[in-house]
Amino acid sequence: MQLIGFLSRRAFQAIFVLLGLSILIFVIARVLPGDPARTALGARAPQWVVDRLREDMHLNDPMHVQYFYWLTDAVQGDFGISLVTRRNVADDVKEFFPASLELVLFAGLITAVAGIGLGTLSARHKDKWIDNAVRIFSYAGVVTPSFVFAILFLLLFGLVLDWFPTIGRLSQDVPRPPTITGMMTIDALLAGQLATFWDALKHLILPALALAMGSMAQEARLTRATMSDNLTKDYIANKRALGVPERKVTGRFLLKVSLIPTVSIFGLDFAASLSNAFLVELIFVWPGISRYGVNAMLRKDLNAISAVILILGITFITVNIIVDLVVRGLDPRIRLRSARSD
Amino acid sequence: MSTPRLLEIKDLRVEFKVYGGVLKVLDGVNFSVNAGEKVGLVGETGCGKTTTMKAILRILPIPPARIAGGEIFFKGQDILRMRKRDLSKVRGSGISMIFQDPTAALNPVFTIGEQLGAVVQHARPENRRLSKRKIRDKAIIPLKEVALADPERLLDSYPIQLSGGMRQRVCIGMALATDPELLIADEPGTSLDVTIQDQVLRLLRVLVEEKGTSVILITHTLGVVRETTDRVYVMYAGNMVEEAHTRKLFAEPLHPYTQGLMQAVPKLTGGGIAEGIPGRIPSYLDPPPGCRFHTRCPRVMDICRRQKPPFFKVDEEHQVACFLYDQNHDRHKEETATL
Repeated sequence: MQLIGFLSRRAFQAIFVLLGLSILIFVIARVLPGDPARTALGARAPQWVVDRLREDMHLNDPMHVQYFYWLTDAVQGDFGISLVTRRNVADDVKEFFPASLELVLFAGLITAVAGIGLGTLSARHKDKWIDNAVRIFSYAGVVTPSFVFAILFLLLFGLVLDWFPTIGRLSQDVPRPPTITGMMTIDALLAGQLATFWDALKHLILPALALAMGSMAQEARLTRATMSDNLTKDYIANKRALGVPERKVTGRFLLKVSLIPTVSIFGLDFAASLSNAFLVELIFVWPGISRYGVNAMLRKDLNAISAVILILGITFITVNIIVDLVVRGLDPRIRLRSARSD
Repeated sequence: MSTPRLLEIKDLRVEFKVYGGVLKVLDGVNFSVNAGEKVGLVGETGCGKTTTMKAILRILPIPPARIAGGEIFFKGQDILRMRKRDLSKVRGSGISMIFQDPTAALNPVFTIGEQLGAVVQHARPENRRLSKRKIRDKAIIPLKEVALADPERLLDSYPIQLSGGMRQRVCIGMALATDPELLIADEPGTSLDVTIQDQVLRLLRVLVEEKGTSVILITHTLGVVRETTDRVYVMYAGNMVEEAHTRKLFAEPLHPYTQGLMQAVPKLTGGGIAEGIPGRIPSYLDPPPGCRFHTRCPRVMDICRRQKPPFFKVDEEHQVACFLYDQNHDRHKEETATL
């Protein structure tokens, strides 16, 4: 019951956030100079064609009416037609968003496993050589932008060592899996095409790793700091003193309490990496939504821009709700406090 | 020397490495507990009582702490040089501990049942493979022993849902759940109000009496020591300064520090405010040479500044680390006078 209350409250809040976001997007799109109908049709189109398109696009109506039309379409998943490519924007999003999502999910997996793993290792061997090695590594990871890692990995593992492919999501000679989720690795697994899965995974590793480096280093530092701080707490000493074996003290009692800040930061990092993926997608020729969005902005492709911002907003909100759910699961203090305030 | 020593600490030295240098906290502590005995340990805050106790269970945070020397024997085996496996047998079922602050001693994100269950599960080798249900049944027993109402519901509660007194009872229950031979009670109830504190101590006394557990009781409250313990150690700035049977110590405190401590107790019958000992515990970063109390001692002699006093035996049941009770006391005095 408590959980349902929490979720419905958050969903209710999310509606208002998205509504605010949609107004923002709409206003930005309309205040930009230039006539969208003229931009769409080109300089040489006759005036009566432009006028007819303006009528079709409801551009002659008052702003709030325009917003209402725009919103009704957007809710139905119709973002109109790209002013540049003439393709349906919704189709573009359906194609590019899963590619980015796959990249970011895999990068998130690397961040979580490696970041928490390295942080734990570091905290358990505090001030030994292994801790120092992890700390140097994470300093380097935090201060280096992801595109540097992308270029480095591409050159080293892609070209010099030739371990991984460097372009796109799938090799030419591999059969494409049927589109179910739009994520190649998962679709291939669902269709039982192991060779395709393997090929897609090999394409995924380098860009995901490059994208994960920064947040992984951040998570490692945070986990180390929280854990080594919590290791000196009385509740850890208490379990040790009463004969609970070390494996269980650190693996269970220390880990759960130390993961709370790590998970909170992880959520922020994850959502941010979706928009930060642009350079990595560009370097590895990854057909993702970040690259699509930046290209749309450079070309003033209003419909595409609106769609990209809205989809990123929805993802951001969803990830935040999931993270809050996990943190609630980890920390009874938050659960109980919010129950009391209900 | 007829009763066997359960615990014996010899010349224990503990240092803490901090930013400004090394804190020499324990400066050669000697301490022992006989089987079935209840021993009190008194001294000001910061004199190293808790550090000594944590060293016994090897739960000092290392680093910054460092055992610089000494031995801790439990039933003849040196805890400090024990392998991890043997140590895990001593912890819990051999020696167990009630922590000073029950709120800090309970993990905030686990239920009482999960924490108590883990302790119960590892208290005996045969408990290791018990089902969750059985562990739960066993975990209820200590909660009943400490007279907590509705133990079934308590197992599913988190520490923040309990009051301070309940948390302390849970901690006592947890420490006794392992059925230890030696129980270390580090100022149980200091963080509670006086009535609850009294209840908790009374309960603790009844429980250890029933089970015949040996106890080390750390406290500021001299009245509690007098009522509860057989023998008392007085600690000052990382040194044991006096050791005596409880009755003897209260009848005739010998060390100037102990005398000061006794005078600092406010009396119900007396008027005015009790006098404390002037000055404060010296810095561990650069402790005074010789006797660490000489900077505050009203009866300081010249030798106290140069030499650390060993324990002088006054009689079979009383020893004190002070040159006033040395046989050469008169000569020390003369020296001081001539200077």
